[in-house]
Amino acid sequence: MAAIASFLGRRLIKSVFILFAIVVINFMLVRAAPGDPAMVMAGEAGAADQQYVEQLREQFGLDRPLYEQLGIYLADVATGDLGFSYRQQRPVWDLIADRLPPTLILTGCAFILALTAGILLGTLAAMNVGRWSDTAITVLALLSYATPIFWVGLMLILLFSVQLGWLPAFGYETVGGGYQGWDRVTDIATHLILPVVTLGLFYMAVYARLTRASILEVSDMDFVKTARAKGLTETRIVFRHVLRNAILPVITFAGIQAGQLVGGSILVETVFAWPGIGRLAFDAVLQRDYQVLLGIFFVTSVMVIAFNIITDLVYSLVDPRIEVA
Amino acid sequence: MSNRLAYLRRLTASGAVAAALLAPAALVATAAGPTLAQEQVQKGGTLNVIVQPEPPILVLGLNQQGPTQTVAGKIYEGLLRYDHDLNPMPGLAESWEVSPDGLTYTFKLRQNAKWHDGAPFTTKDVVFTTSKFLPEVHPRARANFSHVESVEAPDDHTVTFKLKQPFPAFLKAFEVSSAPMMPAHIYEGSDYKQNPKNSTPIGTGPFKFEQWVKGSHIHLVRNGDYYLDGKPYLDGIYFRVIPDAASRALALESGQVDISQYNDVEPFDVPRLKELPHLTMTTKGYEFVAPLSWIEINTRTAPLDDKRFRQALAHGLNREFIRDRIWFGLGRVATGPVNSVTPFHEPDVPGYEYDTDKAEELLDEMGLEPNGSGVRAEITLTPMPYGETWARLGEYIKQSWGKIGVKVNLESTDVAGWVQKVSNWDYQTTNNFVYQYGDPSLGVARTYISDNVRKGVMFSNTMGYSNPKVDELFAKAAVENDPKQRGAQLGEAQKILVGDLPVIWLLEMEFPTFVNKRVHNAVTTAIGTSDNFADTWVEKK
Repeated sequence: MAAIASFLGRRLIKSVFILFAIVVINFMLVRAAPGDPAMVMAGEAGAADQQYVEQLREQFGLDRPLYEQLGIYLADVATGDLGFSYRQQRPVWDLIADRLPPTLILTGCAFILALTAGILLGTLAAMNVGRWSDTAITVLALLSYATPIFWVGLMLILLFSVQLGWLPAFGYETVGGGYQGWDRVTDIATHLILPVVTLGLFYMAVYARLTRASILEVSDMDFVKTARAKGLTETRIVFRHVLRNAILPVITFAGIQAGQLVGGSILVETVFAWPGIGRLAFDAVLQRDYQVLLGIFFVTSVMVIAFNIITDLVYSLVDPRIEVA
Repeated sequence: MSNRLAYLRRLTASGAVAAALLAPAALVATAAGPTLAQEQVQKGGTLNVIVQPEPPILVLGLNQQGPTQTVAGKIYEGLLRYDHDLNPMPGLAESWEVSPDGLTYTFKLRQNAKWHDGAPFTTKDVVFTTSKFLPEVHPRARANFSHVESVEAPDDHTVTFKLKQPFPAFLKAFEVSSAPMMPAHIYEGSDYKQNPKNSTPIGTGPFKFEQWVKGSHIHLVRNGDYYLDGKPYLDGIYFRVIPDAASRALALESGQVDISQYNDVEPFDVPRLKELPHLTMTTKGYEFVAPLSWIEINTRTAPLDDKRFRQALAHGLNREFIRDRIWFGLGRVATGPVNSVTPFHEPDVPGYEYDTDKAEELLDEMGLEPNGSGVRAEITLTPMPYGETWARLGEYIKQSWGKIGVKVNLESTDVAGWVQKVSNWDYQTTNNFVYQYGDPSLGVARTYISDNVRKGVMFSNTMGYSNPKVDELFAKAAVENDPKQRGAQLGEAQKILVGDLPVIWLLEMEFPTFVNKRVHNAVTTAIGTSDNFADTWVEKK
């Protein structure tokens, strides 16, 4: 327990430095792109004059020198203030707080679906290696892996929303439905199905292939032969001895995916008009909404760091030979 | 399984029988339909309208982007509205009068119009909006109202504008996005852009702001206190943010949304959606903006500074092909700088038909000989980053000009980068489309006059074109009260421009507005679906 506490302490201190570096680098990178929010708004407005653009620059605080802007931003972030989006007329925190839950629900469900289905399918394929079920799973994994994610989404909408009319084509919940309590949960769940499947398929394929390969590698090892010689049942051998050893690469990858949960869903959020943070980030890039973009970078960085720590902890739980450090 | 199949079969069979029985009745009903529908306006119901991209803010006075107009056009109103032929109709002004010398414009306001917070709408608001609010924050209004010498309000419902000199286009300056009336009691004396009330817009329109779930939808509800009796008919409108073009088409197809407009649907989806039985398509309702697309040319750089080179480029494009194959038949081939749906369009101008021989002749005349690989000149094209169709256009232009020996390098950007490049004259050729706002003095002259060569400003004369004769003609026409004289001046300016070719006009663009057949009166004026929807109603499902 003490080991874990000191591990967490050291990682947290490191994290603060990493975050500081991330904020500064992001600030510089974001400003390296051509154009600014005033330019974008002038371009969108269809008519502009000098005064209009200057007014906007002043409003966005872009008329000050860059180092001054960075200083102000760092001071704000240190006090927990992520700034104000003049474009959207709201504090960045509010924007992120509004858009983060839908993304977490979407990517969380996709993550669970991908992980459970992927490991199950991969194990199944490895147990039946060379037989038709193995071939079927491998082909399915290959297809899901290779097909562009937005195309899968559109095809699912075409089939289940337009042709069959079973599921809603887009959105987070029925707008104007006024559902409360369980009805609302069910309503959101029906809206979740298509985007979760779309987003989950790709990672499911990855996990299935990783699990299958890893199990096949481990199955040839001596301790498995010993287990078999002892006369254990095949199921017990697979779940107790093989899978536990084979799962480590899958955990590594799942850790990476968990870190990307927030950013990885831009395409799916776009296709399904999901009001999530991926789209918020994408729009912020196109609109050069610096404060929002930096805020999202900050929040996602914190999440990546957190998931890295969690992954390291999970390692040591699954395989006690690995020590946290 | 077999049970369910049998059930399904039974269901379809009975459906067919029912359909057969009902068919004659249905025929009778449709025959009587049009007159019936006119009379029986149904009250209630909600509409789902696509809004894309999500507007940054709904205060129309502070932001006039297309999506803002779509939503805020229901909340705010202008003094006037305009029919499809651009004739003024009553808006917040019941009637209006222009003095014969063209110097005095008098408006009589509605007696019973109210702001959504209950305050009465009076001339105080009109004076504040047109003399303080808009000139400070609205670039187009700033230009329009700069012609005003004084605004006076003899009583609460009469307002008089005295102009410095005649400006006949002035009557087109009162459309809702050009001059949305703003509540003086909320904005007077405040920092307009930072006003805390900006997040809950207050207008006089038939719909009130209810809720905005960012990234998802905006909800407007019926204004029960609206000054027109019984209107609006709808209970509310949901504006849905759907970022992906293919998803928008599918949403229309599945009936989840009722209305799309402008670029919501990519042209390649138009032929398919047109065939759907539950949708109608119209290209009406864009007469006020009357967009014209062109290839913008930086005339400061060689060889584009030579008129003959630009003419060769014009001859090197097949604009019928562009309309039919890239825009799938939407639009008319443009002949000059004024859209033919707006007044003062001059049809008698030089034409630039597709003719590669003529193009090559012009290039020969300039002494641009093809090198070993057939290339006479090399230029860059920065396609407008406004969706797939513009990218296709860029590819077509590259190929076409390649055939006359002009090698084109495509340079891709996003919107911010594009605006920066074009407005800072850091480009050779690009595409653009610009709105005309109902009168050449409002939306055409600004592109071509030398006064408007301004670095860093988008939608100005970014080509760097300058011709004193054109400047003079546009300046005279702006203040000419006699329509005949004005027509002659604007006609001559157009002829000179078409000869000089500062830009290569492509299409008088038409946008497809798709409307679910349940919805009536969605498009009734020259601003189409950006108008206030006071007359719009839906059939019950």
